[in-house]
Amino acid sequence: MNLNARIPSGPIEQRWDKARFDLKLVNPANKRKYNVIVVGSGLAGGSAAATLGELGYNVKCFCFQDSPRRAHSIAAQGGINAAKNYQNDGDSVYRLFYDTVKGGDFRARESNVYRLAQVSVSIIDQCVAQGVPFAREYGGLLANRSFGGAQVSRTFYARGQTGQQLLLGAYQALERQIDAGKVKMLPRTEMLDLIVIDGKARGIVARNLVTGRIDVHMADAVVLATGGYGNVFYLSTNAKGSNTTAIWRAYKRGAAFGNPCYTQIHPTCIPQSGDYQSKLTLMSESLRNDGRIWVPLKQGDTRTAAQIPESERDYYLERMYPSFGNLSPRDIASRAAKRVCDEGRGVGPGGLGVYLDFSDAIRRLGQKTIAERYGNLFEIYERITGEDPYTLPMRIYPAVHYTMGGLWVDYHLMSTVPGLFVLGEANFSDHGANRLGASALMQGLSDGYFVIPYTLGNYLASEKFAKVDETHPEAVAALAQTQSMTKQLLAIKGKRTVSSFHRELGKLMWDFCGMARNAKGLEQAADKIAGLREEFWKNVNVSGEAGDLNQNLESAGRVADFLELGELMCHDARVREESCGGHFREEYQTSDGEAQRNDDSFSHVAAWEYQGPNQKPVRHQEELQFEYVKPVQRSYK
Amino acid sequence: MNLTLHVWRQKDVATPGQMVRYDAPNVSEHMSFLEMLDVVNEGLILKGDEPIAFEHDCREGICGSCGFMINGIAHGGFKNTTVCQLHMRHFEDGDEVFIEPWRATAFPVMKDLIVDRSAFDRIIASGGYVSVSTGSAPDGNALPIRKQDSDLAMDAAACIGCGACVASCPNAAAALFTGAKISHLAHLPQGQPERKERSLRMVRQMNAELFGNCTNIGECEATCPKGIPIEVIASMNGDFLAASWQERPPVEIAGAG
Amino acid sequence: MASAALDSKLHRTLRFYEATNGKKTVMALTGAALWGFVIIHLLGNLQVFLGPDKLDKYGEALRATGALLWVARGGLLLCVVLHITAALQLMALKAKARPQPYVKKVATTSTYASRTMYWSGPVILGFIIFHLMHFTWGVPGIHPDFVDGAVHANLVKGLSQPLAAVLYLTAMSMLLFHLYHGIWSMFQTMGLSHPRYTPLVKKAAAGIAIALAGGNIAIVVSVLLGIVK
Repeated sequence: MNLNARIPSGPIEQRWDKARFDLKLVNPANKRKYNVIVVGSGLAGGSAAATLGELGYNVKCFCFQDSPRRAHSIAAQGGINAAKNYQNDGDSVYRLFYDTVKGGDFRARESNVYRLAQVSVSIIDQCVAQGVPFAREYGGLLANRSFGGAQVSRTFYARGQTGQQLLLGAYQALERQIDAGKVKMLPRTEMLDLIVIDGKARGIVARNLVTGRIDVHMADAVVLATGGYGNVFYLSTNAKGSNTTAIWRAYKRGAAFGNPCYTQIHPTCIPQSGDYQSKLTLMSESLRNDGRIWVPLKQGDTRTAAQIPESERDYYLERMYPSFGNLSPRDIASRAAKRVCDEGRGVGPGGLGVYLDFSDAIRRLGQKTIAERYGNLFEIYERITGEDPYTLPMRIYPAVHYTMGGLWVDYHLMSTVPGLFVLGEANFSDHGANRLGASALMQGLSDGYFVIPYTLGNYLASEKFAKVDETHPEAVAALAQTQSMTKQLLAIKGKRTVSSFHRELGKLMWDFCGMARNAKGLEQAADKIAGLREEFWKNVNVSGEAGDLNQNLESAGRVADFLELGELMCHDARVREESCGGHFREEYQTSDGEAQRNDDSFSHVAAWEYQGPNQKPVRHQEELQFEYVKPVQRSYK
Repeated sequence: MNLTLHVWRQKDVATPGQMVRYDAPNVSEHMSFLEMLDVVNEGLILKGDEPIAFEHDCREGICGSCGFMINGIAHGGFKNTTVCQLHMRHFEDGDEVFIEPWRATAFPVMKDLIVDRSAFDRIIASGGYVSVSTGSAPDGNALPIRKQDSDLAMDAAACIGCGACVASCPNAAAALFTGAKISHLAHLPQGQPERKERSLRMVRQMNAELFGNCTNIGECEATCPKGIPIEVIASMNGDFLAASWQERPPVEIAGAG
Repeated sequence: MASAALDSKLHRTLRFYEATNGKKTVMALTGAALWGFVIIHLLGNLQVFLGPDKLDKYGEALRATGALLWVARGGLLLCVVLHITAALQLMALKAKARPQPYVKKVATTSTYASRTMYWSGPVILGFIIFHLMHFTWGVPGIHPDFVDGAVHANLVKGLSQPLAAVLYLTAMSMLLFHLYHGIWSMFQTMGLSHPRYTPLVKKAAAGIAIALAGGNIAIVVSVLLGIVK
């Protein structure tokens, strides 16, 4: 497998400029002759489809939701980073680059990250011009806040709905192209396979989720922007529909999967309340600015928070990380919460929760100030839990939030299958082993607005495309294979529901491949997942028919893929014998319990190559070079 | 608690539907409304019945996928709450709960509680944007915007496109939805160049989709999960009037010269 | 192209009227004109409290304007026709926009007045026709003893019929609701809304509607109680 990342040479500041000059261009008159498929309509896919349409390509854009405006990018709350340095506080492209590489625990590709930081500046301009109502100062200029422990204020935001506003900006640009006839939108259509002809991605197989009809769609290039796979854990902050199917089936057609084990756990989510729980809700990290996190000193303490005197409370983050305290980075805060709950000191039902207490802040600043700062978050919390956080401390617990892993891509965002491009959270990404807050939106829009329009043009201009249509044997075979999988799922008629399998998988993943992992657990989990998968194909009960709107069938296909991906994640986590960012191996920690990287053996991207059903995939490596930011041990003490 | 549900079941867009009664036993007060339906559905699947189809995705009140009538009120009638955020503690043991899809000609029922809201996309496609192609934007701070205007734009832009406004309007009007987008862009300098054409095109598209007419009743505002005020409808009306007044006849363009 | 095109062969005015917003504007403007008429009509009628001569002379003066009176009547009739036509068209659209009703539907915050516009309107129309037959044309059988030009006497005799009085009182309460929602709604339709002023407009609309309906009711009640003879 060829893992040439195609990184341009020269000083890092000039690489993207150089690449853009070297990239071949498609003659404006010829652009309409090229057909491009974009799967996904979130920040990455929506912006890519709109921009490619503006350039003149014939674009077909697919999403499984009823409208491109529903993509899960919409749920991002915090903000979007950009190296504008509007606050004159010492930010620069280089600093954003540096922070991102370091925050990613030195597991990201430097050149990509630098480009991301460069492009971040144009993203804000573009979004403002589209009418995204970013927060402003009284003087009329854009406001910024510091976010996720960054030492500069570089985060742009639109109340707590930044993702929504950015997505609506991209969606509106997309609708403009749909109206102009340059983009054909196919909502409620789910990609189920990739068609590879003569080694190139030439189309997809997709199911119309209303009529159940499965069709082949051909193109000259395919762009996947289908988001992350956090739902392999069943419970996560992802939308219920978020899935791995598009990238997983592309993986099975030859696209390498990069770093599948890198998952980000967000420390401040509302804890699970029962077995019926369907998803977890994130509470913005900003709450940690004023809230103090604690658990009882005593194990199994059943008293209410108010009954526990100050002397019997353990403000563990303040104790363990005196300089960062309650503002410690996400991975560190999450693991600390897990540790105290594992010790039996967790609070709330099931003992899986810690207190986030505002009583000190209310005493110091008054309830009014706290209400101004966090009023809407307190409201969300009360709506969900029925408890009033002004009088009772909030209960929070970590939850899966983002996956840094994804399909491996080179500097051009092209996967190992020529003509298959992967954007946003779906690719293995610029975030390394850990993503900084407010960087996901930046990456999605960078990929879609400013990178793919150039690199896709280069691909189209450099290749010759044989005429192929739906009757090509590869297309016919892929279609038949998809249809037979659908039939097979409906024919099993076993005794367990799809979601019972999903829940069981999620629990295995959370217990063994979650916040802390070890070799023995990972091996066990991989075995159990293989067994669960076998049972799934014998005992699942999928209701309804193939030729109908059938949500149960949709979900069954997605869970089938999760059952394969979960095993790969465990393998990847098992082989990576170090702790880095979101991947914490219990065997590899410092004496005081911090993550211990092994740069000598693991300063690389793991790219997995599919070998066939129930065959062990092959692990390839792309070595990472750190010419500018020298790896150091992260410390937040 | 134990509930009795009356749910609209409909096979597809062409087949007439009807209300069907279901028991929902042992409902926990901590469940969300959709989780309660999840549990009912698990039971239906194991019995060999088809589960109740309803649209949902983020389940945190922002994607706008979910929504249906609960006891005759869109999203159940709790302030700023979508059905995914509505928790069962608001119900009591023995309650009868009526669940129906949004009803409007422009929103055909596709299955059970799922309706087709693509009319909203077409309204946006007919002008709900600023025509600025990627790469042509000036610096983000080149144009200062009064904070109050920016805030008002944000208030209107908060719309999640769920369709509750149409559903609760006795006329099945989409004025709140269309007005929200027109008002969002009208408050910003970036929205000015296309402001007039936008209001003309979007209102005409809204009419073409066969939404009803706004009679300033205010049911939309009351059930909007994002609390968007009917002030945005006035804003749309004003823009449409001004634009109609100033609309010029098309001019024959002379040859290039 | 997916969306409605901007250019059309229709004349600009028709193109405007074709949109729901155009029809609403017509309703608002004609509504405003009719509202103006209601005010003038009441002011004229209140002269009933100043003695029989005053009202009769006022009637005479009105008739003396000749052509002008017919222009005003024509204008009012045009307003009524436009108001009703637009209302009927919008009502037809309403039926088309939701042919299948809800099994269960509950109104939340909307006012009784706003929800009943579609039938408070026809009630008022019916009343106007009755009112014209009663006091303008003096149709025998509707008015007991109509004498051309004796405005005051006609009024007192006409309103002394209990059935007619009840009809007037009912119609006036309908007018109150119709005016209340109509007046503030007119501002909304014309694009005038502001969180500071709209609540005042609504209060003013209520006040004006009560004053107008109240004024008319006062006349009926005064006749019934024998205050006006």
